[in-house]
Amino acid sequence: MDWNTQYELNKGLAQMLKGGVIMDVTTPEQAKIAEESGACAVMALERIPADIRAAGGVSRMSDPKMIKGIQEAVSIPVMAKCRIGHFVEAQILEAIEIDYIDESEVLSPADDIYHINKREFRVPFVCGARDLGEALRRINEGASMIRTKGEPGTGDVIQAVRHMRKMNAEINRIVSMRKDELYEEAKTLQVPFDLVLYVHEKGKLPVVNFAAGGVATPADAALMVQLGAEGVFVGSGIFKSGDPKKRARAIVEAVTHYNEPKVIAALSEDLGEAMVGINPEEIKIIMEERGR
Amino acid sequence: MKIGVFALQGAFIEHINALKRLGADCVEIRNSDDIIGVDRLVLPGGESTVQGKLLHKTGLFEKTKDLIDQGMPTLATCAGLILLASSLSNDENTYLSTLPMTVKRNAFGRQLGSYEERGKVLGFEDFPMVFIRAPYIENIGDGVERIAESKGHIVGVKYKSQIALSFHPELTDDLRLHEYFLSI
Repeated sequence: MDWNTQYELNKGLAQMLKGGVIMDVTTPEQAKIAEESGACAVMALERIPADIRAAGGVSRMSDPKMIKGIQEAVSIPVMAKCRIGHFVEAQILEAIEIDYIDESEVLSPADDIYHINKREFRVPFVCGARDLGEALRRINEGASMIRTKGEPGTGDVIQAVRHMRKMNAEINRIVSMRKDELYEEAKTLQVPFDLVLYVHEKGKLPVVNFAAGGVATPADAALMVQLGAEGVFVGSGIFKSGDPKKRARAIVEAVTHYNEPKVIAALSEDLGEAMVGINPEEIKIIMEERGR
Repeated sequence: MKIGVFALQGAFIEHINALKRLGADCVEIRNSDDIIGVDRLVLPGGESTVQGKLLHKTGLFEKTKDLIDQGMPTLATCAGLILLASSLSNDENTYLSTLPMTVKRNAFGRQLGSYEERGKVLGFEDFPMVFIRAPYIENIGDGVERIAESKGHIVGVKYKSQIALSFHPELTDDLRLHEYFLSI
């Protein structure tokens, strides 16, 4: 199969995930809870971002055996993270037939200049982005899905909101440009003209765009969807909370009913402790700065 | 004519866009009131486990099942086909059970098993079939007509006014199946 056909199939899988919630899980048991609660996919990782922050040190791709355990536990797609630029970790994840690779700033970057050439892989990639330029550069490298970076492991949605708003504003600006201005814009964004032209004509990214980073409540999830996210990743927000099952279900329903305040009000009742959360000012490692 | 497209989770916008190009009027179904007054139903692709749960949570399950059993024309793709199946060979759950068939979920494997192929579907020649972590149909009951096959498996059926497909015509520019669905 040629790469373009595979790329269409990979973009297609992201389309099937829309309107859904992708949950971070660290064990097969958590993966089952996530699936039973209505996750449309799970992200298998050794430590959730909040714990990566707490532990410090270098954080890497998870043990393939642990990922396989999760693949066996659930029937929904299983994603896993590799370090930015670490194409061998990506090769390993492809070898165990992962459904999606997240080339993620949550792990310690393996390369401070180059991202993975994702066009050398058949398996799909999702990448984080803070603005339109980052998103289009990742797409040009072969990413078939984009998510906001947010600031993972904080339980603070402010960065995800900022990234989504910024991306929307930049898309709107390109839509309103004259066509002859797009050439210069492509230079500024450091991406091929064709990608800028696509955004100009369609008013959206050429791939599905999810929100990620700091989503902790049903209201956070609905906020991101109202701002234009096509679905959400929830990392630390579920299994760092008091009642993961109930919170997971509520966030899933909030994404479906994102525009119905009465439903979200009911979903927000009696969820127990949310994850404690930390402010961006209080954290030492700024993950969103990783990979541009 | 009003087409109700289930918007619980998955690729529902793609169906709405295809149907709008054919001039049809669409409504997104998220709550049990949304289904009132529709003339046709579309169950889109996505994750069947998610959509199945939300069918119950939203109180849509019974109404939807009744409407389909009473003969409302229904187009179901991928996860939608799983929701219609009367039995699943590798999952203990079943959902609407309006179409007598046994379906195998993720039958072609994980994402690396996803593929595209062209073939004859419901008499339409050279139809693009996009399979994404797709199910296939292992057995069909009385009165179920097979309308598409791929790699030796049944990947499309018609039963009364229900059309169920393992693949995704909504991800292509080929509107022939949507057009047929509107003509039933």
